[in-house]
Amino acid sequence: MAQKETTAPLYTTTRSRVQFWQRRNMLPTLLSYAGMLCILVVIGLPIYWMIIASLKTNQEIYTIPPTWFPRELTFANYPEAWSAAPFGRYYLNSMLTTVIGSGFEIFFAVTSAYALVFLRFPRKQVIFIILLAALMIPPEITIVPNYITVARLGWVNTYQGIMITGIAIAYGTFLLRQYFLTLPREVIEAAKVDGAGHLQTLWYIVLPIAQPALVTMALISIVYKWNEFLWPLIVTNTTDMRTLPIGIFWLLDQEGVTNWGVVMAGTLFVIAPIVVIFIWAQKYIVEGIAAGAVKE
Amino acid sequence: MSVLTRSNRNSLPGAQGGRTRLQREWREWLLFVLLVGPNLALFAVFNYWPLIYNFYLSFVDWNFLREEILLVGFRNYVRVFSASKFYVILLNTLVFTVASCALTLSIGLLVAMLLNQKLRGRNLVRAVIFSPTILSGAAIAVVWAYIFDPRYGLLSEILGLVGLPSPNWLTSTEWAMPALIIVYVWKNMGYAVVIFLAGLQAISKDLYEAARVDGADGLARFIHITLPGLSPIAFFLTVTTILQSFQAFDIIRVMTGGGPANATNTLIYHLYELGFVSFNAGEAGVIAVVLFSLMLVLTILQVRYMDQQAHYNVRD
Repeated sequence: MAQKETTAPLYTTTRSRVQFWQRRNMLPTLLSYAGMLCILVVIGLPIYWMIIASLKTNQEIYTIPPTWFPRELTFANYPEAWSAAPFGRYYLNSMLTTVIGSGFEIFFAVTSAYALVFLRFPRKQVIFIILLAALMIPPEITIVPNYITVARLGWVNTYQGIMITGIAIAYGTFLLRQYFLTLPREVIEAAKVDGAGHLQTLWYIVLPIAQPALVTMALISIVYKWNEFLWPLIVTNTTDMRTLPIGIFWLLDQEGVTNWGVVMAGTLFVIAPIVVIFIWAQKYIVEGIAAGAVKE
Repeated sequence: MSVLTRSNRNSLPGAQGGRTRLQREWREWLLFVLLVGPNLALFAVFNYWPLIYNFYLSFVDWNFLREEILLVGFRNYVRVFSASKFYVILLNTLVFTVASCALTLSIGLLVAMLLNQKLRGRNLVRAVIFSPTILSGAAIAVVWAYIFDPRYGLLSEILGLVGLPSPNWLTSTEWAMPALIIVYVWKNMGYAVVIFLAGLQAISKDLYEAARVDGADGLARFIHITLPGLSPIAFFLTVTTILQSFQAFDIIRVMTGGGPANATNTLIYHLYELGFVSFNAGEAGVIAVVLFSLMLVLTILQVRYMDQQAHYNVRD
């Protein structure tokens, strides 16, 4: 690179564009763009394959070689998938458990983080550590005891059964606590002097300032709950209580290799809401996750 | 609640002395308990209690239904550890973990370095590569089951283009595990990319400038600046990726069901199978204890390392 810069220019034009081409070796840049294209293809192709299959007729899906562009566009797979499994009910179940579950999670994260930062309590560091250490217990290994607990509560195959094991929150508490610690103390003190109680301070002062962190946390929570698989698989035992991920799993089981078009349409039902959220809030999610890791 | 705080405010400054101050402190404690209590209680019941309960279950013989639960000492441990299946599963877990971590981290670093350059559209590429991590694992597994279809799938078509026959991916004992690893890496490497990228961007540009002035070439700069600069992040990612891959369940359940012939059965899948297919609470408890011990060791290593790093940085 350094050598290139010192060689005499071939053209003696003053146009910066030409100089750019002369001064820099274009090969690495081109390779980089090729690399980026490669990534787009690797990630995009399976998604593309899913979408076009959902738009193909059954005969076309089962021809060899498969077609890269549907010869004949059909939307018939969507209504067929919708009736092959009770997707309406799945949506209702997924939405209820996600919204209520995330609502609880956010509520607990906000209240716990506020208490840990702004309230006095003996040995509250210990309590913080107990909360944080819960992060190290993977939910997968708790399935058997939790199933027994939930069964004793009589909550197997109920919404509260699906939600209860996942509404305590360590990650969000941690995230919000770190954020609250950075808030200017004077603002909080000023509110106190004005006679605001803790709950008022929390609601009118702290929450509005913490909005970015709150949004990131809420999004991560929603995505996680929507995609949750193992626990709802275990704790539900009738079709009408299944959430979308469990529903698509059973649809594959039923229709599987003989009806890919319908199965792919069903898969789109599962991922579409999350894709929409992601496109809308991509920055919040990606940056929130990166920030969480690097600050440690 | 607001009534409480109102009265609190009326009784504010000093004059009344010790008693109100104590009262105020009590109220704050009470509020603290109200705010943190439910969260803590749920953790106690659904996260900490299961650890103890798993340990207890590992010493009993129970099928979830029977009234009496028999204490059987170490019999479950003996049964689990003397079955040859357990070692197959252990090996599968090891292969899956090592392969998916190695691939995730190496590809992740490569892509992150690519995207760390000033390129047009790199934010779009970052978003695209990250996107599979937020999609339902079950749905992704279903899509890939179609892609791996040996006759009508995308991969058989691509392999056909270069003149290779397609293996029967998910139904062959040889190829089922590689297939799962491919899907796992495809789905999760975006996380590594985002974290590595954040790590790369945290390395001071001045260091690179200084090295360039000193005449260090690209490779030297990578070895002496990028790698050491990234090492805390790389360690964090390694441990996280290992822990995550231990927990990979949805793609296994959907794509192979642990088969064929246990070729893709891993510890976490085995736990599920013992608990909810064979209803053997005791042996499931053993696997849970084993899995938790493994993960605990990894986590302790991570915490230790991070402590060391912190001290190191302070000394600098």
